[in-house]
Amino acid sequence: MVQSLAGDAASYRLFLGELTAHLRSFLRKRLRRLPEEIEDLVQELLLAIHNQRHTYDAKQPLTAWVHAIARYKFIDLLRRSSRTDSRNDSLDDREELFAPTAFEASEARYDIAKLLHQLPDRQRLPIQYVKIEGGSVADTARRIGMSESAVKIGIHRGLKALAAKLRSVA
Amino acid sequence: MRTEDLTAMLAASLEPIDPRLTKRRYLIGITTGAFGALCLARGVLHLNPALPREVSESAFWVREVFCASLSVLAVLVIGRLARPGSRLGLLPAAIAAVVLIMWTLAATRLLSAPPQSRVPLLLGTTFAVCPFLIAFVAAPLFLCFFWVLKGLAPTRLCSAGAGAGFAAGSIGALVYSLHCPELAAPFIGVWYLLGMLIPTAIGASLGPRLLRW
Repeated sequence: MVQSLAGDAASYRLFLGELTAHLRSFLRKRLRRLPEEIEDLVQELLLAIHNQRHTYDAKQPLTAWVHAIARYKFIDLLRRSSRTDSRNDSLDDREELFAPTAFEASEARYDIAKLLHQLPDRQRLPIQYVKIEGGSVADTARRIGMSESAVKIGIHRGLKALAAKLRSVA
Repeated sequence: MRTEDLTAMLAASLEPIDPRLTKRRYLIGITTGAFGALCLARGVLHLNPALPREVSESAFWVREVFCASLSVLAVLVIGRLARPGSRLGLLPAAIAAVVLIMWTLAATRLLSAPPQSRVPLLLGTTFAVCPFLIAFVAAPLFLCFFWVLKGLAPTRLCSAGAGAGFAAGSIGALVYSLHCPELAAPFIGVWYLLGMLIPTAIGASLGPRLLRW
C-alpha cells in the first residue's frame, strides 16, 4: 500500500487483488441476508478505498483503515436497504434460495461500465483510454488532445463521480 | 463490469499521492475560516478598545490560553476522525481536563469574592449575547471545517460533525475574545463554553447528512 501511494501500479494491482479477496470474505460473514449485494459492495468499496487512499497514514495499521471503511460502507448499505425494504415487500425468504449461485459471481448487478458511459467525455475518455490501452497518462493525453494534468484531473473526478453514482443506484 | 476489470482499471489509473495535499487542505480551511471570523469580529462587531490595556492582565491570557488549547485539541480530534480507523485516544480526556481546570479557576474566583459580587462575575454584562455571538463568529470556520472533512473520509459522521463544530466554536471564541469585554473566569467557563457547544451541536446534527461519501 505504501508503494501504491507512491504510484507503483504493479504493487497496487497485487494489493487490490488481495484486498478484493479480503473484502469478499469480510462481507460474506456479515451479509448472509443479502448475498447478491456482496459483489456490488466489494466494487463500491474498492472504488472508495481508491478514492480515499490519501487518508491512509503509513504509520497506521492497514487493516484498521480498510476495516473502518468497509464497516462504514457496510452500515451505509444496511441503512439504504432497510429504507427500500420498508417501502417494498421483502424478498428475503426467496433470496435465501438463490444465495449459493450468487456466491462465486464476480459480476455485480450495477454495471460500472454502464455508469461510466454516463460520465462526461472529459472524465470518461481518460479512464477508458488509460484502462483499455493500459497506456500511460502521457499517451492518453496525446490521443484525446487534453493536457496531462487535465487527464489526471479527469480520472480523479471521474472515479469520484462513479463512486457517487454507484452509491445512488445501489 | 467484473471486479477484476475494476481493479485493473484502478491500478492503471493510479496516481501517486502527495501527502502534503491533506496538510494543505487543513491549512487553507483554517486560515480561510479564521480570516472570515476575524472579518466578522472586526467588521460587524468591533474590536474591544480596552484590548491594549487588557493584554497586561493575567485574566486575559487565561481566557486566550483556554480558547487556544481547546482549538488545538479540537483540530487534532478532526485529524483523527477524518482518517478511517484511527482512535481518539486521550484527546477527549484532554479536552475535559482543560474545561475542568477552567472550572476550578472559576470556582476559586467565585469563592474568594464577596457574595454580592458573585452574580456579576458569572453573568458579566454580556451573558445574554455572548454564546450566540461566538456561534456567529464561528460560522465561516464551521463551513471551512466541513469543507476540509468533505475532502477526507470520516466514518463516524455524527462525531466528525461535532468535532468540526467544536473546532469552529473554539477558534471562533478565540477570535470573538478580541471583541469581548469579559475577563472573569466564571464567565468564560460558562458562556464561552456554551458558545462553543452551539456549533458543536449543529455540527453533530448536520454531520450525518452533509459528510456522507
